[in-house]
Amino acid sequence: MLIFSITAILMLASLFACILIWDKGRRSFILAVRSLWLHRLRAFLSVLGIIIGTGAVISLMAFGEGSMQDALEDIRRLGANNIMVRSVKPTDDAGSSKRSYIAIYGLTYTDFDKIATIPTVTRMVPMRIFPQEVRRGYKGVNSRIVSTIPDYLDIHNIEMKSGRFLVADDEVLLRNVAVLGSELANRLFPFEDPIDKEVQLGTFFYKIIGVMKERSQGGVSTEDVNLDVVIPIATARVRFGERIFMRSAGSRSAEKVEISQITLTVSDTEKVRPTGEIIRSILENHGKADWTVNVPLDRLEEAERAKERYKMLLVLIASISLLVGGIGIMNIMLATVTERTREIGIRRALGAKRRDITLQFLIEAVVQTSVGGILGIVLGLAMVYALPFFAETFWDARIPAKVHFESITWSLTTAVAVGIVFGIYPSRRAALMDPIEALRHV
Amino acid sequence: MASVLKIIDLAKIYSLESVLVYAVKGVTLEVEEGDFVALMGPSGSGKSTLLNLLGCLDRPTNGQYFLAGQDVARMEDDQLSNIRSRYLGFIFQQYNLLPQYTVVENIEIPLLYQGAKLSNSTTNRCIGLAQLVGLGNRLDHRPMQLSGGQQQRVAIARSLVNDPAVILADEPTGNLDSRTSDEIMHLLSKLNEAGKTIIMVTHENDIASWAKRVVRMRDGVIESDIRNEKPTVSIEGATSTIQTELLESLVLNQSK
Ligand SMILES: Nc1ncnc2c1ncn2[C@@H]1O[C@H](COP(=O)(O)OP(=O)(O)O)[C@@H](O)[C@H]1O
Ligand SMILES: [Mg+2]
Repeated sequence: MLIFSITAILMLASLFACILIWDKGRRSFILAVRSLWLHRLRAFLSVLGIIIGTGAVISLMAFGEGSMQDALEDIRRLGANNIMVRSVKPTDDAGSSKRSYIAIYGLTYTDFDKIATIPTVTRMVPMRIFPQEVRRGYKGVNSRIVSTIPDYLDIHNIEMKSGRFLVADDEVLLRNVAVLGSELANRLFPFEDPIDKEVQLGTFFYKIIGVMKERSQGGVSTEDVNLDVVIPIATARVRFGERIFMRSAGSRSAEKVEISQITLTVSDTEKVRPTGEIIRSILENHGKADWTVNVPLDRLEEAERAKERYKMLLVLIASISLLVGGIGIMNIMLATVTERTREIGIRRALGAKRRDITLQFLIEAVVQTSVGGILGIVLGLAMVYALPFFAETFWDARIPAKVHFESITWSLTTAVAVGIVFGIYPSRRAALMDPIEALRHV
Repeated sequence: MASVLKIIDLAKIYSLESVLVYAVKGVTLEVEEGDFVALMGPSGSGKSTLLNLLGCLDRPTNGQYFLAGQDVARMEDDQLSNIRSRYLGFIFQQYNLLPQYTVVENIEIPLLYQGAKLSNSTTNRCIGLAQLVGLGNRLDHRPMQLSGGQQQRVAIARSLVNDPAVILADEPTGNLDSRTSDEIMHLLSKLNEAGKTIIMVTHENDIASWAKRVVRMRDGVIESDIRNEKPTVSIEGATSTIQTELLESLVLNQSK
């Protein structure tokens, strides 16, 4: 496709170069520019269709491409070969109407072992995530405990700012060690190095062994991952158990969740989706919707579908604007030809061949549509840059946009093509005029 | 003197609905190199039609036409364009300059369609011709900024730029007052003196009196064909716009 763009640009450039090098062409070009400038409002109105069409195509392409890039970015961050299986609290079902004291749901170690038997799964990282205040002396920060295993570092592409991450021994020896998120470290230890200091989680103290680098948020989750504190999952199991008591609005409730999330890696990208399906079928046995399987690769398909929809819309808009723009050009060129009948007669008398006349008006049409195309591109780019800006400042919405270089060459090529296609008839009409009739025209 | 054009039994018939209009009914005429012919006759006698045929703008219904040794009566449209661009220069009653172009650009047009490469030397030639017709100080003006006489002088310069074998003029003074007409006629007669063949349509006797030969038409046929023994000559100094030396360098030297 890049080849296409380059060829198109080269062709357009050589077309214009030929026109400009060749005397007759250059004169026609200068004349075209002059007469368009003379009737600039009229020329502008007649290419409005092309301007708006091109602008719409450029900006829609950019927004489509933007969401695609967004999805790709997500996949890059989450890993194309990864699958996230999460526990979710089921929405009020028959069981909970009995107001059971403890809500039991989510992934279990049994699930974990079953999933581990799938041959395409090469790595599994279980996590138990729950809210917990992290204390240091009188200071407390509402944080999240992420209890997990050393592989967490790798599978989530975490980089360390200082110290080390969990190691296998931490799990085996049930060490009270903690790794802090960058923001959490900042809040608790604003002016000191937290390594080897201690924080209190629940009733126990944990030695800080490392601080993670700041991570990007990843759009979906609302928690700030940089406020997390990571501890060994074995330690968490012993110290906190599987029950979490929560106080909210005066009432007390408890939840029992064995594993909050399992991130797993599949041997190769091809097998990611089938593996996701197998995991789903394993989890169907729960009989309730207390789990989700998130395959980042699906986001790609979703974005691709969105892009396809955009493309269809684009084709529609492009063809409509092509037609409208083309008719506008044809209309104005017919008027121009009639207005300049005498000029045509004069040129014919002075030796112009029919093809000279054809070419002159064709160049005029192409110049007009090219200018329209360029204005459209400017409009499109303005929209691409302005719309996300306004969306962000006024509605706090994020519109990903990425200008597609190809769409620019496409638009320009199309504009030139529209000029040629819809300029041919009026130009031929001019060329086929009888010289004497044309000269007699007032 | 060699003949530059020759028509034999040339006819042009227009068919209007069911009526046939015989605009030119079999005209035979030979024009020699260096001649100055005035084509006269009442309105509707076929002068313009004949001139258009001579100018290869129109094709005869019948007859033969030889221009500079070539049979042009049955030529293709493109070939006719070539003939016009090589051998013919036109001067019209309405001047017919292109309003978007400057004086120099207007003079340049025939060269453009000859396929000539525009260069400094062609531009200089156009400027020279503009000076020849006395518009050396109006090179960048647009036709709208010029008087009728000045516009016609640009048209004359334009008709000379491709060094044509014949200059065809259809009532070149028809839109001008008598003083300006005199200036134009003076210019044309100077060009003729320099060797240019001119065929000019007019219905005014004192304009025709500048020509060396007067052909009168009536109802599409030649009524009389008279040599004018004493054509009007301009009194030297009557018009300051013509520079003889320039004329010679630009017109005489060009015709081989
Ligand atoms: N295109 C045409 N269609 C029909 N009749 C024409 C056309 N052009 C000229 N005629 C007729 O031919 C005759 C000669 O016209 P023209 O050559 O213009 O005369 P002149 O120039 O001597 O006044 C007139 O009767 C005119 O009506
Ligand atoms: Mg006439």
